[in-house]
Amino acid sequence: MYKYDEYDRQIVRERTQQFRGQTERFFDGTLDGDDFLPLRLQNGLYVQRLAPMFRISIPYGMLSSTQLRKLAHLSREYDKGYVHFTTRQNVQFNWPAIKDVPDMLEELNSVEMHSIQTSGNCIRNTTSDQFAGVIDNEVIDPRPYCEIIRQWSTLHPEFAFLPRKFKIAVNACPDADRVAIAVHDIGLEIIKNSAGEIGFKVFVGGGLGRTPVIGSEIRSFLPEKDLLTYLDSIVRVYNMHGRRDNKFKARIKILVKALTPAKFAEMVEAEWQHHKDSESQLTQEEITRVKSFFTSPDYAQLENNADSFETAKKENKAFSNWVKRNVSSHKIAGYSIVTLTLKKVGVPTGDATDKQLESIADMADEYCFGEVRVTHDQNIVLADIRQDQLFEVWQKAKSLGFATPNLGMLTDMICCPGGDYCGLANAKSIPVAEQIQLRFDDLDYLYDLGKIDLNISGCMNACGHHHVGDIGVLGVDKRGDEFYQVSLGGRSGRDATLGKILGPSFARAEMADVIEKIINVYTENRTEEELFVDTFRRIGMAPFKERVYAKAN
Amino acid sequence: MPKLIKNNELTENISQTLDKDFSGKVDEVLANKGTVLTPKEYWLENSEQLAGKENIGIWLDSDEGPEELSPHIEKLSLIAINFPKFADGRGYSYARILRDRLGFKGELRAIGDIMHDQMFYLKRCGFNSFAVREDKNAEVVITGLNDFSECYQAATVQDKPLFRRR
Repeated sequence: MYKYDEYDRQIVRERTQQFRGQTERFFDGTLDGDDFLPLRLQNGLYVQRLAPMFRISIPYGMLSSTQLRKLAHLSREYDKGYVHFTTRQNVQFNWPAIKDVPDMLEELNSVEMHSIQTSGNCIRNTTSDQFAGVIDNEVIDPRPYCEIIRQWSTLHPEFAFLPRKFKIAVNACPDADRVAIAVHDIGLEIIKNSAGEIGFKVFVGGGLGRTPVIGSEIRSFLPEKDLLTYLDSIVRVYNMHGRRDNKFKARIKILVKALTPAKFAEMVEAEWQHHKDSESQLTQEEITRVKSFFTSPDYAQLENNADSFETAKKENKAFSNWVKRNVSSHKIAGYSIVTLTLKKVGVPTGDATDKQLESIADMADEYCFGEVRVTHDQNIVLADIRQDQLFEVWQKAKSLGFATPNLGMLTDMICCPGGDYCGLANAKSIPVAEQIQLRFDDLDYLYDLGKIDLNISGCMNACGHHHVGDIGVLGVDKRGDEFYQVSLGGRSGRDATLGKILGPSFARAEMADVIEKIINVYTENRTEEELFVDTFRRIGMAPFKERVYAKAN
Repeated sequence: MPKLIKNNELTENISQTLDKDFSGKVDEVLANKGTVLTPKEYWLENSEQLAGKENIGIWLDSDEGPEELSPHIEKLSLIAINFPKFADGRGYSYARILRDRLGFKGELRAIGDIMHDQMFYLKRCGFNSFAVREDKNAEVVITGLNDFSECYQAATVQDKPLFRRR
């Protein structure tokens, strides 16, 4: 994990001092609310429906046990004793007081955390694969590049006031894309060229929200040394030419579409020629320096599938189910990757209490070299668990409520905070998630259904990624009432596809029935090897539509 | 009197900014003793008479890029860039192009919605003069120039990124 040096500490400290000054000016009346708004947003502070909301950055999802304990402490001291993990690998406090935020920041700084650019029209937290560095089928560990991007984008003087927010994601896994690069403003795919050199395939203009678009490739191979100069060029073209007259047309995807990807690429290339050889060109020393923070922990010499592990699986069906669903293979023999699910029925998706955070920290210290990762589907990953300790880890996770073996299943939903918390939402999303979780509580049935992404967003901003779920649910406002629009056939990752709208929206009380009908159409039509998406692609929308909108007899 | 922060010092801002649709006589503009900021189009149309005049500058609005000034850059001593709202950040890129690409060496002034919180960023993008928003206390605003003592990425001021210095 990256460790701050005196430079990093100084920069976050000075940012906190600057924000303290801004907060003081807000309270003494020399900075009015309208002017304070973009400034506080750039520091992750929203004023929500019920209270402020304060978003903390978790760079590319990595958290240490020390940081987890600090979050737990802050949630007790300044909040109501819980936090919310977001769909962008960040964490939010839902009830802090504005006046306390500078003090909270100082505490966060002390454990090398901050809230810089977690909101606002600037470059946001760079996200990456939650399995980075521990899977054997990745080109190279993407995290050092994410850290290089983090430093470049932090307080970038030219790009603090972009037309709209700007999100970058990095993937290095050739046969999976857990970070959904196709729906980011910039998606970077790390690849090797025929000479074995590392570089990036560059995609721009992807995004969800009101106008969902799949990103376009504008460069097939960008050498690693050119990473920052090329990013500078893309963001400069966007900063100068992106629309500023309409907030809903201000994302880079609209610009890329209007110009065409080819023309946009040409403009970036022309811009890049001016400064590709500038001092911002990455040096091998810097790449090596940053890589040195992401070395492997001190793994024990073990063999895969030790007898005790195999026996435990045979003797305990529940354990073996959990291993099947929530445990993934690791590049080191005798180790596995465990995903703890924060998706228990009755608990808002992604929420964790102070006690739970501390328990996770304890587990990380005891079993996982003191580190965890946060995923964009709002779960927690313990990336380095010895297989001979999996049974123990499972028992602990179970007692803490983190071992619902539903990873990737229908009830492992992505769900934004929705109208219960968010000022932007048209509708509540948490009660819909809960209703569906209650309806589908038979695990054997869920396993039989296989992998289905159900994503719920409370509004067009699509924080719940509804466009790219097999089943997407979007909260809409219909003459002041909360309704839900359903879309089918979306897909994230490789082969990203946007879902199609099923038809007229539904009242909240109907939602579990609607989802059940959709699932029934799938189970009645699927062939043995088909996932939901395959069946949908084969039979199309019509049978689903027919069933869901059939008149009751 | 509105305040100007110039080369890290506080002065009175006595310059006159002509409206974007200004169409008056060039002679009248030249007759002005104080500093005058003319709109870009007007300056370009009358560049033969206005170029090289110490007290005549150009102001660019936030939707007017600086590239067309390229042939005239040696003859300009003052360019201002307008920030109609501080959240409109196009001027930062214009400033960097003026400084880094077109080689503009003169006074680069930020005008419009200019307050404390942009000062450090503006400075790093090459501005050396700031027309402070009238309702703000310029003595507080000037401190914003030094909000940070270190930065990660290269810009016009400090063109070596931290990774080449650390």
